[in-house]
This record gives sequence, structure tokens and C-alpha cells, in this order.
Amino acid sequence: MADPFLSIQHVRKSFGATTVVEDFNLDVERGEFVSFLGPSGCGKTTVLRMVAGFEEPSAGKIVVGGKDITRLKPNQRNVGMVFQAYALFPNLTVAQNIGFGLKVAGMPRADIDARVAEMLDIIKLPQMADRYPYQLSGGQQQRIALARAIAPKPKLLLLDEPLSALDAKVRVSLREEIRSIQKKLGITTIFVTHDQEEALSISDRIAVMYGGKAEQVGTPFEIYNRPATKFVANFVGTLNVLEGKVTDAAAGTVQVNSEQVSLKGKLNGSKSGDTLSLALRPEAISLGRQPGRDSSLSGEISEVHFLGSVIRVRVGIGGNTVSLDTFNSPATPPPAVGEKAEISFSSDDMLVLH
Amino acid sequence: MKTGRFWAWVVFGLGAAYFFIPLIATVEFSMRMRRGVYSFDAYQIVLGDPRFQATFGYSVLAALFTIILGVLIVVPAAYWIRLRLPQLRPIVEFITLLPLVIPAIVIVFGYIRMYGSNSPLPFLASDRGTDLLLVIGYATLALPYMYRAVDTGLRTIDVRTLTEAAQILGAGWGTIVTRVILPNVLIAVLSGAFLTFAIVIGEFTMASLLNRPAFGPYLQNIGANRAYEPAALAIIAFAITWGCMSLIQILSRFAPKSANRPN
Ligand SMILES: Nc1ncnc2c1ncn2[C@@H]1O[C@H](COP(=O)(O)OP(=O)(O)OP(=O)(O)O)[C@@H](O)[C@H]1O
Ligand SMILES: [Mg+2]
Repeated sequence: MADPFLSIQHVRKSFGATTVVEDFNLDVERGEFVSFLGPSGCGKTTVLRMVAGFEEPSAGKIVVGGKDITRLKPNQRNVGMVFQAYALFPNLTVAQNIGFGLKVAGMPRADIDARVAEMLDIIKLPQMADRYPYQLSGGQQQRIALARAIAPKPKLLLLDEPLSALDAKVRVSLREEIRSIQKKLGITTIFVTHDQEEALSISDRIAVMYGGKAEQVGTPFEIYNRPATKFVANFVGTLNVLEGKVTDAAAGTVQVNSEQVSLKGKLNGSKSGDTLSLALRPEAISLGRQPGRDSSLSGEISEVHFLGSVIRVRVGIGGNTVSLDTFNSPATPPPAVGEKAEISFSSDDMLVLH
Repeated sequence: MKTGRFWAWVVFGLGAAYFFIPLIATVEFSMRMRRGVYSFDAYQIVLGDPRFQATFGYSVLAALFTIILGVLIVVPAAYWIRLRLPQLRPIVEFITLLPLVIPAIVIVFGYIRMYGSNSPLPFLASDRGTDLLLVIGYATLALPYMYRAVDTGLRTIDVRTLTEAAQILGAGWGTIVTRVILPNVLIAVLSGAFLTFAIVIGEFTMASLLNRPAFGPYLQNIGANRAYEPAALAIIAFAITWGCMSLIQILSRFAPKSANRPN
């Protein structure tokens, strides 16, 4: 990356004796949509609030467009923010809410009206200008909040779990709308969520956070398919974890249960005799031997759940249980509990968790 | 069910009687100035008395200044405590309750000792200074009501998030307080203001001991020397207080409705 638009460098934040964010680093390109994904309490909001200027970092630097903004006040940063609690001003109409930042900036009345109308069009609520916030649904309020945040053309848009108070359907449609508006305006955006599906579906890149650090930063594809740490692998998506023992480090063979799997080039300096955690996504496993899958393990079917179009099967392998999904086919009856079964997978898909 | 309803009405009737009988008796008495017939003579005399007009005007003015002073002190203080110093709330609440515990007479004697003509802050050396001191004293007396009203108003809005939303949109503290916070607690501020008004209009101790021509001492003076006029005055004062209370009720209908908040 040549010159990132937003650069968060070695940022740390302590409240009293507890350190909440530790050595957080992230570079964001102009126009990029980056999500912070992580469990509750991992420091997502705290990092976002430092970018907004509501908290001052205990150490480190935040640079936007080549300018160090670490010590600037929130009202000097030209950043837009959408809060989890729809923070619309209850005493102002929708139009006045959207125009608030423009009015504060001293924009002439006619220009404000034009910009507000433009914003209402973008969020597809042109007829709502004169309503008060209490007359709107949660989803509508959050769209107004988005319009209010982007009306002054901020350099950065920050969203802190903007969808978590909405019901599931609205959540999905609104996240896609946020993404398309963001793309249309080309505004650099940070989106905080603890919902992995949300992060995977709309982000250019995701920073998976844990314990105040960025565990991994990457595209949704990388995060899901090549998790860098055990935490990321477990947190994002469903994962089957198997215990394995390195039998020959040089050849890359690992013993799982009583069978050998070849993981050449993935062992990363493990020695013979080491115990490893190996992980497989359910969609990487098939029932029975399949062409093109170089590895297989045998076990016994322990559970079968018929879910309609797919059948979720759990197979016991030694002391571990592996979940996998097979498509329902009317011609073949589903496997029965207690049957012996063989699962196959490609060793390329097996993740070694460090 | 039935008997419960019956007793509820009995209790209500007793309460209403306890409240209304003295009131009706006072009204009745105030209208008996002219022998044999009911008349508003007492009211005419009272309202036509130049001292009534002067003292009432003085007290209204004092009440207005008290309200302004109270709003200027209480709104920013209550706001800041909610925003940044929530741990101070119990202490501040206790302090605002002190005027209810400490008699006004004690406060006034304190003032007279502290701010005499020979003190470094000689409020009492001039009439204007004494007026100012009286307004300050009134603001103290009204503090428990004003603070509670404003604090209750602040509780209905998400002070922190609204403040941050305004800040990130570029607003400074002046804009935040005047355009975001105050409009949303305006009704609460107004109810605090009317309570203040009601207190100041009838206040006797401070005005009397500081020797200011306020309505309270005038009421007392009339009460001690006349028969029918005090009753008329009491009814007038009562009507003013109730007028204030009804205004609070009416105004609260116009309060900005807070949108449902998730937390
Ligand atoms: N002002 C504060 N004083 C003390 N501790 C704080 C403060 N703000 C946050 N924390 C602590 O910092 C940690 C991280 O908080 P943060 O709000 O950033 O988490 P989060 O990742 O946003 O979680 P969530 O998904 O629940 O919103 C938490 O343990 C929290 O208790
Ligand atoms: Mg959070």
C-alpha cells in the first residue's frame, strides 16, 4: 500500500489500570469499507471512538489523509458517525436532523435544503422530511442517521453496530443499502459489528479483533478460508477441529485417529511428535470417497439432521466429532445413525491452527 | 371489587373535602365584606391598593431574575453531571436538598453577617445589592425544585449519545446546549421555572429580613391588620399558583417526544 488514507498506528488505550486496546494497527485505503469484527468487549467501539475523537489514545497515532488527527477534538475532524442507539435529535424534524451538520458549518439555507433533499433521495425516504424521529420506525431512523452523518461530506464514515437494534429482515436489507450508498459515494468507512455474516457479506476487508488487538486483517475470503489464528478460525464460520500428531515432520505426515494425512508444507516448523489442532470447514468435507479428494478418515455416524435442502451429518472420528452437510437427493435415503462411514476432503482445505 | 370501589370513593371524597372545604370557606368569607350580600369588594380594595401593585410587581420581577439565574446555574450543571461526572450525582443531589433542610431564616442571617456594609462583598450597602442578594437567596430556595425538574428532563433523553452525535457533526458546546440539550428539556425547565415563580411570589422570611418591598411581607401585613382582604389575597395567591401548575400540565403536552431508544 502506497499511502493509506486512514492509518491507525500502534494505538493503545487504557482505562485506569486496565488496557482495553493494545498495539492496534490498521491501514485503510481511500474508499475502502473495513469491518471490525469481534466478540463483545474486545475493544471495537473503543478503537472507533478514538478515530472519532471521543477517546484519546494512551499511545500511538491516528493519521487521516496524511494529517495527524490524534489530538483533534471530535468537532474538528470532519468525520461522520452512526450510533447503535439511533441518536436523532428528538426536537428536530428529519430534514433539520440531516441539515444539522451543514447548519453548524454555516452553509447557506438554500444549499442546505438542496443537500438535504439529495440525501433523502439517496436513502429513499424523500417524503419523510417533515416528520419527527418518534414518527419513524427503527430502520427509517437509522437511515436518517446515516444521511445526517454523510450530509457534510465527511472524510470518514464510522458505524458502530448500526443494525443491531433492528429486526433480522431490516438488518439484511439495510446493510446492503449502506454498502451500496458507500460505494456510490466512495466514502472511506469503518463498520463495527459482532455479526460475522454481516461483516463477511459487505466488507472489502475485515479486521478480526480479540482482546484489544487485531488478530487478522484481510478480505472476507482470506479471513474465512485462511484464518491466521485459532481464534479467527473459531470465531468466523463453523469449524471442525481434530487433534493430530506429527509423525514425520520432514514428509509432512500427521496421524489423525489411526490414519495418516499428508499436510506437506503446512506444518510451519512443527517437530515430529508434536500435537496439532487441525480444522476443516463443513463444506470442505464429503461423505464417502470422492474423486479429487486426497485424504479420508473413517468413523461412525452419530447424528443426522434433516434440514430440507441439506442434511447435516455428524460423524464421530476417534474422540472427535465432525459436522458436514450433504445435499438432499430424493433418490438416496439419508445415512443412518450408527453406520460406518468414510469422510473425504482435500488436504489443501485442512487448516493447521497455531 | 364493588366494596373496594366504594371505599376508594369514600377516601377520595374525604380527601376532596379536606382540601376544598377550607378553600370554599375562604372564598365565601372573602365575599362577605358588604353586609347582607356577596360582593367582590374585598378583591377590589386589594387589587386597587397601590402597595399591592408595587409589591406584586416587585416579586414578579424578582421571580423572573431568579428563574434566569436558576436556569443559568442548573441546566449546565445538571447536564455536565449527567455527561461527565455521574459519580457526583448523589453529592449534588444532597446539596440541592439542603435548602429544604436549612430554614430560610438561617440562610438570611448568614447573608446579613457575611455581606454587611463593612464586609468585602457589601451586597447590603445598597438597595440594588440587596435585591441581588435576595434573588440569589431565592435561587437557593428554588434549587431543589429546579434541579430535580431539569434532571428528570435530562433523564428522558440519551444525553451522552446526543451530545456525541452533535459533536461529531461539528457542533461546539454552545450549540450543543442551546440547540440540542435545552430544547429537549425545555418543558422540564419551564416546570422548574413555574415552581420557582410560585415559591418566590409567596416568600416571606428572606424578603422581610432583608427589608425588601416584596409581596410576601405585604400579605403578612394585610393579614395582621384587616379582616376580609387577607382572604381575598389568599384566594388570589392560590389562583396564581394553580395557574402556574396548569401551565406546566399544558406545556408538557408539547414536549418533544423521545423516539424509542434501544437502551
Ligand atoms: N470508559 C470506560 N472506562 C472503563 N472501561 C471501559 C470504558 N469504555 C470501555 N471500557 C471497557 O473496554 C472494553 C472494550 O469495550 P468496547 O466497548 O470497546 O467493546 P466492544 O468490542 O465494542 O464490545 P461490544 O460488542 O459489546 O460493543 C470493555 O471491557 C469495557 O468494559
Ligand atoms: Mg461496542
